[in-house]
Amino acid sequence: MSPSRTDSATRNASPTAPPAAERTALRHPKDLLLREDRLPHIWCPTCGIGTCVASFIEAIAETGIPEEKFAVISGIGCTGRVAGYVKLDSFHTTHGRAIPYATGLHLAHPEMKVVVFSGDGDLVAIGGNHLIHAARRNLDITIICVNNFIYGMTGGQLAPTTPHTARTTTSPKGNWEYPFNVPHLVASCGATYVARWTSLHVRRMRQAMREAILKRGFSLVEIIAPCSTLYARKNRLGTGYDLMKFYHDNCEVRHGADTKELDIEFQQKIAVGKFVDVEKPTFLDRIGAGRKK
Amino acid sequence: MSAKHAVLTGEHFMNGDVAAAEGGLAAGCTFFGGYPITPATEVAERMSERLPEVDGIYIQMEDEIASMCAILGAAWGGAKSMTSTSGPGFSLMMENLGLGFMTETPCVLVNVQRGGPSTGLPTLVGQQDIMQARWGSHGDYEVIALAPNSPQECFDLTIEAFNLSEQYRMPVLVMTDEVIGHMTEKVVIPPPEQIRLTPRRYTRRPPAEYVPFATGQDLVPEMIKFGEGYRVHITGLTHDERGYPVINATEQAKLVRRLVDKVRRNAERILRVEEDGTDGAEVVIVCYGITSRVAQMALELARRKRKRVGLMRLVTVWPFPEARIRELARQVRGFVVPEINLGQIVYEVERCAAGQARTLLVPHAGGDVHPPEAILRAIEEVLS
Ligand SMILES: Cc1ncc(C[n+]2csc(CCOP(=O)(O)OP(=O)(O)O)c2C)c(N)n1
Ligand code: SF4
Ligand SMILES: [Mg+2]
Repeated sequence: MSPSRTDSATRNASPTAPPAAERTALRHPKDLLLREDRLPHIWCPTCGIGTCVASFIEAIAETGIPEEKFAVISGIGCTGRVAGYVKLDSFHTTHGRAIPYATGLHLAHPEMKVVVFSGDGDLVAIGGNHLIHAARRNLDITIICVNNFIYGMTGGQLAPTTPHTARTTTSPKGNWEYPFNVPHLVASCGATYVARWTSLHVRRMRQAMREAILKRGFSLVEIIAPCSTLYARKNRLGTGYDLMKFYHDNCEVRHGADTKELDIEFQQKIAVGKFVDVEKPTFLDRIGAGRKK
Repeated sequence: MSAKHAVLTGEHFMNGDVAAAEGGLAAGCTFFGGYPITPATEVAERMSERLPEVDGIYIQMEDEIASMCAILGAAWGGAKSMTSTSGPGFSLMMENLGLGFMTETPCVLVNVQRGGPSTGLPTLVGQQDIMQARWGSHGDYEVIALAPNSPQECFDLTIEAFNLSEQYRMPVLVMTDEVIGHMTEKVVIPPPEQIRLTPRRYTRRPPAEYVPFATGQDLVPEMIKFGEGYRVHITGLTHDERGYPVINATEQAKLVRRLVDKVRRNAERILRVEEDGTDGAEVVIVCYGITSRVAQMALELARRKRKRVGLMRLVTVWPFPEARIRELARQVRGFVVPEINLGQIVYEVERCAAGQARTLLVPHAGGDVHPPEAILRAIEEVLS
């Protein structure tokens, strides 16, 4: 029991609440992996990021790997704030640069499970070059990409994942660019594990995260999640709840689908599932082999 | 890792780039992330050959942004880490060099300067990044930058850079240049037991008692390595002692002051200059890097003409020897500042001289070194 946890329990004590010690005994297991002294978090009501964090924390527990062996690395963005809320060694880097930072950490300290947790803009726009090279190298790291189709943190601008015709503050008449198909992008670069779920699929997402963490090699889990405040509002899609309903009605589980066919069109069916799960020597395996020569 | 492989004790002929790589290895560097660029490529090439011999990691990153980030990540993974670059790559590293200062991450960046701006003179010398070294990343911070003037010093000062980076917990810059980088000279590598190394300042406190950015008198926090159960949060946002983001003016003042003061208050300890005949001199040449070797020739020419001239070489360009320049300004008629740029360090000299002595720049746009006569003429002009 760390002192900070008791502190925050004491701080929040109300006259009717049970004594702090008793309440800590009743804690939800998830809380143990959150920095409670940093709560409340910054995310908006019905934002999808929180669900992803909850599933991630459960996935960590399910792997059976000691928590102190995990490092969470984020870039900048609403999703980038995840690093600050998990009670693990964590680094909140610069915009787009979580992956090269994770690369250095992983290679210097291979016993760690290095997980990059960041947004679509961070990982696929400004950090896109690092993403494809990390996949190409087959670094044994895990990427969790929360794709809300938009730049949340900066107020709802166009992302390279924004579907064609969707409105953002910098595509006020609708986006005319072609968006990235993230699973296809990383699969074509050599990723060994690729899955896509939505923040509605908490059980599947948790399972995918667990598998990704345990995968020896480059793994990526894309989570489609509502940005209720900006994406939903700009496109008149209701609240985060309405988007979850949309996922419920429009997701198609297509395990093993050809990643070429995973494009996302505005408010059309979304293919979800596990698309890639293969074995391949990692960067460090190959360094080892190279050295023996 | 065995010191035997890391330290190539003996006499060698090597160029400055190779010597910088060997200096890194002798300092215990086990991680290099870099991207090829003339005239710094030989540092990376040497590392790619040598690091596997000491069970270290060489990785050629996808660009210099990634290189800078990777060495920060490696440092938190417990490695001593370094990168090297030149001109355009140095520019690309700036944002994450700032992340290194903000997160107080020890590492070393070697910049083998070439002529700029932009792609400029890939294969020819410049000293045009000296102010970028000081101010290149956004925000307020202090830097430590060393300027070797020989392959031997590329070796020695890279070790020194590692030591300073551990002592003050910050990235340290080695500002060499194309001529030094490509010049082959004798480099003496001492036995490992004669190389003084500053160990990482790891905390001895248990996790429950460890406050990541709490400091004592010297303003330098104790470090941890990821994966040991400390569960730290490290961020480039303004943060409090716990490392937690706090976005307000009070924490900003506290943090940025400390980042600056940990260098400023120790500046006299960090500073290294070499002086030759400055006592009783009427003119002092202030110089650094390759230009100091040309200035030495000018000094001899001037002395042959019975001029009372001294020379001050900045071994550390940053922090700048403010107090010493102020003192000399009261004694001399003027300073002559040759640099391979159109005026950078000269403004520091002028600022410290504060009107008490004349300050004359000997500019040179780059591509080669000054003719010694140009420096001599400036000396004569100050004396006329
Ligand atoms: C170099 C740089 N450019 C721009 C920004 C501003 N910025 C902060 S977050 C962000 C976009 C984040 O979008 P995404 O990664 O999708 O995260 P989300 O907020 O949607 O979770 C931008 C452009 C920055 N911090 N750094
Ligand atoms: S702006 Fe969007 S992504 Fe950011 S917290 Fe709010 S709902 Fe979530
Ligand atoms: Mg986004």
